[in-house]
Amino acid sequence: MAKLTFTGGIHPYDGKDLSKDKPIKDVLPKGDLVYPLSQHIGAPAQPIVKKGDKVLTGQKIAEAGGFVSAPIYATVSGTVKAIEPRRVVTGDNVMSIVIENDGKYEEVEWQEPIELETLSREEKIDRIKEAGIVGMGGAGFPTAVKLSPKEPDKIEYVIVNCAECEPYLTSDYRKMLEEPEKLIGGLKVSLSLFENARGILAVEDNKPDCIAKLKRLTRDENKITVKALKTKYPQGSERQLIYAATGRAIHSGMLPADAGCVVNNVDTVIAIYDAVINGKPLMYRIVTVTGDAIADPCNFRVRIGTNYHELVEEAGGFKQPPVKIISGGPMMGFGIFDLDVPATKTSSALLCLTKDEVSAMEPSACINCGKCVEVCPGRVVPRKLADYAEHYEEEAFVKNNGMECCECGCCSYVCPAKRPLTQVIKSMRKMQLAKKKK
Amino acid sequence: MSDLMKVSSNPHVRSRVTTSNIMLAVVIALLPAAGFGIYNFGLDALILILITVASCVLTELIYEKAMKKKVTIGDFSAVVTGLLLALNLPSTAPWWIGVIGGVFAILVVKMLFGGLGQNFMNPALGARCFLLISYTSIMCNFECDAYTGATPLASLKAGESVNLLDMVIGRTGGTIGETSMIAIVLGACLLILLGIIDLRIPGSYIVTFVLFLILFGGHGFDPAFITAHLAGGGLMLGAFFMATDYVTRPVTKRGQYLYGVVLGLLTGIFRIFGPSAEGVSYAIILGNLLVPLIEKITMPKAFGKGGERA
Repeated sequence: MAKLTFTGGIHPYDGKDLSKDKPIKDVLPKGDLVYPLSQHIGAPAQPIVKKGDKVLTGQKIAEAGGFVSAPIYATVSGTVKAIEPRRVVTGDNVMSIVIENDGKYEEVEWQEPIELETLSREEKIDRIKEAGIVGMGGAGFPTAVKLSPKEPDKIEYVIVNCAECEPYLTSDYRKMLEEPEKLIGGLKVSLSLFENARGILAVEDNKPDCIAKLKRLTRDENKITVKALKTKYPQGSERQLIYAATGRAIHSGMLPADAGCVVNNVDTVIAIYDAVINGKPLMYRIVTVTGDAIADPCNFRVRIGTNYHELVEEAGGFKQPPVKIISGGPMMGFGIFDLDVPATKTSSALLCLTKDEVSAMEPSACINCGKCVEVCPGRVVPRKLADYAEHYEEEAFVKNNGMECCECGCCSYVCPAKRPLTQVIKSMRKMQLAKKKK
Repeated sequence: MSDLMKVSSNPHVRSRVTTSNIMLAVVIALLPAAGFGIYNFGLDALILILITVASCVLTELIYEKAMKKKVTIGDFSAVVTGLLLALNLPSTAPWWIGVIGGVFAILVVKMLFGGLGQNFMNPALGARCFLLISYTSIMCNFECDAYTGATPLASLKAGESVNLLDMVIGRTGGTIGETSMIAIVLGACLLILLGIIDLRIPGSYIVTFVLFLILFGGHGFDPAFITAHLAGGGLMLGAFFMATDYVTRPVTKRGQYLYGVVLGLLTGIFRIFGPSAEGVSYAIILGNLLVPLIEKITMPKAFGKGGERA
């Protein structure tokens, strides 16, 4: 049974008013485009072009490097300038294809749109795989893999994550308002893969206009329901979303498919539609450029590979000098030290703030207030886990459900002592995951 | 754009609630009880409160200066300790009781164990119990200008009758801050409204204590007897302001209920079967010692492992 919410969570300042009424605007890149070969979870893509090659918009430039991987497509026409390590939002240097934009935007020849009914299940999955679609909510898990669970018959719910609980982000909101037909079309494509599944559009109730619109458009769809979830961060976290929408709870060791669910985010579902029906690969994504340092906050349709500098320029530049720049939202995004990085398949926002709340507040001693325990959606005890992590008590960390943390950041947000709880827990989790792999 | 931006791990925003906000709110919430104490016992009470608070803050300051540690008196936790300790002293106590108590609370119970957040026992209560044992006659001398004779709880223990209305309002003998149930509950309501404390511990504590009274108090279900026990002694101050002390109570939800039950039982045992009329302070410091154990057996289940319906 649907709960429409979950236990824990927080209500941070949402900042969505800055950009929510700005229609999606196309951005034409001017400079070089950079395509990191790892924009997804899994094996890096393998380049199939070399330095000096001419490429067209929509041409495949890198092949999937394994089963869990995804191909990459050129989003402009031009010349391959280099294949070399380039810095990405996480601060790592990742092998990337660099394309010099010729400014002509010459496109490959597109296929004709096709009727859904004429395609078999394998053909549909193949189109999604070939299009290079990955989870665009942030995780970047290859969508074709997600849509191929071991027992497709057992999938009962295909959920579209329309929560957009992360503060400041309005890209999903704009997509729902501007392209709801495609969204519903994409959901129908996904539903056609799972015989016994019903579709759920799970929207937070701070977007009543989207809910009304989607409800109207799905009035005659008996397999699709729109669910208004209570507004609370992190409602869009996969496990919390499944719980809110279906009442089923899974732990970190389980997949959504174990609860009979498949979850995709708005942008991903629209990309599925474009790939299966229109035969188009993943080339664009919506990026919200916002924050109190930005002159004119906007929602942009960005060609993947576009430099962040250009997005800031498009948004009117800085009206005040930024102190902190975040790729993604303020709760789970990456702080970046320099704008010279490309937008990738998982870049949801570029947030430029004039204040850094983290460095402005010095961490002090834990007073055991228990606020982290109250808000933790994973229902663990962050205060204890952070202690174990700081003292490298790995066994105690794992035993007390350290691996159940979803790194949502609620504990650090509420901590009155301003301790970096999420950070230390996250580091320990990474260590444990790396150990497991060995 | 030549300057590099600040980076940090997520999240990049923080709530406005800070440790000093919380401590300050507790100080404010204690003011009704302190104010009533001053009204009830006169200027002596005010002076003792000021001396005790000052010795707590100064002890922390001097210790941190001497040990070349960061000075943390700005977090107001020493003020809270001082105020709580003072409210647990009789107004007749000489000034040096406040000083010794303050130094013991901060130096021995708090700083020597690592400072804020590291003490295993509530500093104010630790100091009060230390003073009770060391200076029993001074600490139990409730004879002042306004009141003579035993405290209502002692009268109750001796089987004498008490004036319930006076007890609820606080017009009785006792320590400075414990007498007025109304003033204490008023302050507690503020903390509950601000979300700083909740009813888990005070609720389970009081309910358990009342059940204990009904079963073993020898009066059966006698509302007057129960009310007298609730309003008398340090129960209200203890349940709302000391049992809820963050540092020394369990952090797990189920642990908090269990802790309240343990405190209720201990208080009941001490008050009904013990030699003294009062038992809240000892119940709470004993409960403090059980906290690690309680936390260990009440670790919550994680989301997806049965904890999602918590």
